[in-house]
Amino acid sequence: MRLLIIEDDRDAADYIVRAFREVGHVADHAADGEEGLAMALDGDYDVLIVDRMLPKRDGLSVIGALREKGVETPVLILSALGQVDDRVKGLRAGGDDYLPKPYSFSELLARVEVLARRRGGRNEDTVYRVGDLELDRLSHQVKRGSEEIVLQPREFRLLEYLMKHAGQVVTRTMLLENVWDYHFDPQTNVIDVHISRLRSKIDKGFAQPLLHTVRGAGYMIRDGARPSS
Amino acid sequence: MTALGKVLRTTAFKLTLVYLTIFALFAVFLLGYFAFNTRRLFNEQITQTVNLDVEELTSQFNAAGIRRLVLIVEARARRPGSSLYLVTTPTGEGLAGNVGSLPQGVMNTPGWTETVYRRLDESDTSDLHHALVRVQHLPGGFRLLVGRDLDERDRLYDVVLDAGKWSAAIVVILGLAGGFFVARRVLRRVDAMTDTTRTIMGGDLSERLPVAGTGDELDRLAENLNAMLERIEALMHGLKEVSDNIAHDLKTPLTRLRNRAEEALRTQQSEAGYREALETIIEESDGLIRTFNALLMIARAESGQARENMSEFDAADVARGIGELYEPLAEEKGLSLDVEAPGPVSVTGNRELVSQALANLVDNAIKYAPETSGNGEVSGIMIKAAAEGDRILLSVADNGPGIAEVDRGRAVERFVRLEKSRSVPGSGLGLSLAAAVARLHGGELRLEDNEPGLRAVVVLPRGGPQGAG
Repeated sequence: MRLLIIEDDRDAADYIVRAFREVGHVADHAADGEEGLAMALDGDYDVLIVDRMLPKRDGLSVIGALREKGVETPVLILSALGQVDDRVKGLRAGGDDYLPKPYSFSELLARVEVLARRRGGRNEDTVYRVGDLELDRLSHQVKRGSEEIVLQPREFRLLEYLMKHAGQVVTRTMLLENVWDYHFDPQTNVIDVHISRLRSKIDKGFAQPLLHTVRGAGYMIRDGARPSS
Repeated sequence: MTALGKVLRTTAFKLTLVYLTIFALFAVFLLGYFAFNTRRLFNEQITQTVNLDVEELTSQFNAAGIRRLVLIVEARARRPGSSLYLVTTPTGEGLAGNVGSLPQGVMNTPGWTETVYRRLDESDTSDLHHALVRVQHLPGGFRLLVGRDLDERDRLYDVVLDAGKWSAAIVVILGLAGGFFVARRVLRRVDAMTDTTRTIMGGDLSERLPVAGTGDELDRLAENLNAMLERIEALMHGLKEVSDNIAHDLKTPLTRLRNRAEEALRTQQSEAGYREALETIIEESDGLIRTFNALLMIARAESGQARENMSEFDAADVARGIGELYEPLAEEKGLSLDVEAPGPVSVTGNRELVSQALANLVDNAIKYAPETSGNGEVSGIMIKAAAEGDRILLSVADNGPGIAEVDRGRAVERFVRLEKSRSVPGSGLGLSLAAAVARLHGGELRLEDNEPGLRAVVVLPRGGPQGAG
């Protein structure tokens, strides 16, 4: 995966670039809005990570210019302004995701991977399959092997989101945002309890667990028979 | 500036001057108008009677000749009053009348003239009088003069003029004195206010502006400024409390964070040991970030910035959503969590913030609820959304320890975690955030006794902050 990080804080940028390289991605860095825009137009990137406040040209205007030129590369906005209305502004300007500072690298990585995958246009299937677990998005039926599993509507959406991003780490915040549509921090980790409920329905009594906890990051649904990427 | 100069420069005094000028001009105009009209009326009266006299005398002359005219004029001239008569021959010799002398040529031009004269019974050295006369030439060259003395008119005119002068003088003097008095009175009160303001600026926020108790505009101003001071003082107090609490609630985790890092560096540890230390450090920093976010959030809500993103939404839906989010967590703690939100309860506001406020209240309720009460009865949390008149109520009730009535006000303040609850993890910002969100919407957060337990009620005006006025 090729990434461009447009961030003026040298330390923060170095840290992200290094971290992405460590997990095997290619990461470039631009230190201001103009340079970032030029590089984004030239290079073929999978995801752009754009800081909102940049010298020469601010983040939102960089995104606007890219979208105007027909560049549809997914953009993740990083910002010290973490409030709901800033988020909305960022997404309206053409951003695809928004992450307030300070963030954890695992959160950033999870979101970037989801964005990169989305670009492939996959996961629009009507039936998701992971191992012997099957979710039908039209009939809302969930089966594990031949056994039908009855889920509450919210549990269904939770599983649907996890299976849509099967093999990828999904963080608690991503779940809260995408499954519940809440953009605030619920203080206690309410998501964990929902996950353990879901786990007891889809994994309990089966030899091969599918829903895994990724320490320090979030959750991942994956067919345990295959090695993780 | 001298005391006099100060009074003269006051708005009250300047206004007095303006009004005084306008009033004086008006008075002058009124008197002038009165004088002018009186004069006109007088003249009209004279003209009318003189015309009648002339007509009558002329017809007498035409009917019976000069002898008859002289007789009548003689008789009329003797009557007391201001009437003037004179009949002369074509050469100007007086035949009858009470006019002694006239300026040359008055008798030569027929018609109306204003002239001076002396009466027949007056000496040549006496003062000349003023009169309005009509001269009529009769057939045969005789001339007839009929007129009225104008002294009466002029006297009245003088009286009016004098009255005008005096009243103008009195108005000006009284006006200036009144203006001066009012200005000084206002100035004294404003000075008192200014003095108090100086004390307040000096740092004594408990000082209040003097209120005279007359209910006038200065009192209203003072009352409003006092209300403002009240609010500022409360805010300052809150700020002080916050900084004290920040010192405690942020420094404590920061110290722990630092200690952990230091300890990990100091002691020789296995890789797993380092890893564990780092993980706790990340956990601690996440807690700090959470606290900062909550603080920023409150600051935002309190500054009113979030008012831009308000729209109509269903509060019952929010209650159900939050209930659904927290239900598994409550169940895990052995609590029941029920939502009572029947019909749609529509309200204008920031849905996200209201959700967050409710989430905080539910989170608190779960944290402080006792694990199943002694007799095996499951203790429960109840979320309700209901409309009440032009307000909507979102409440969270629990059977936990509750908050003593004396502590309720403080519990809403930032960072205040009542002593009893210090052992429970949390930023201590939940209630203050809910309160800030309620205030942002023009509503309030009420803490009530649930007997036992706490019922926290977010009261919001249906129409949003504008609807609340």
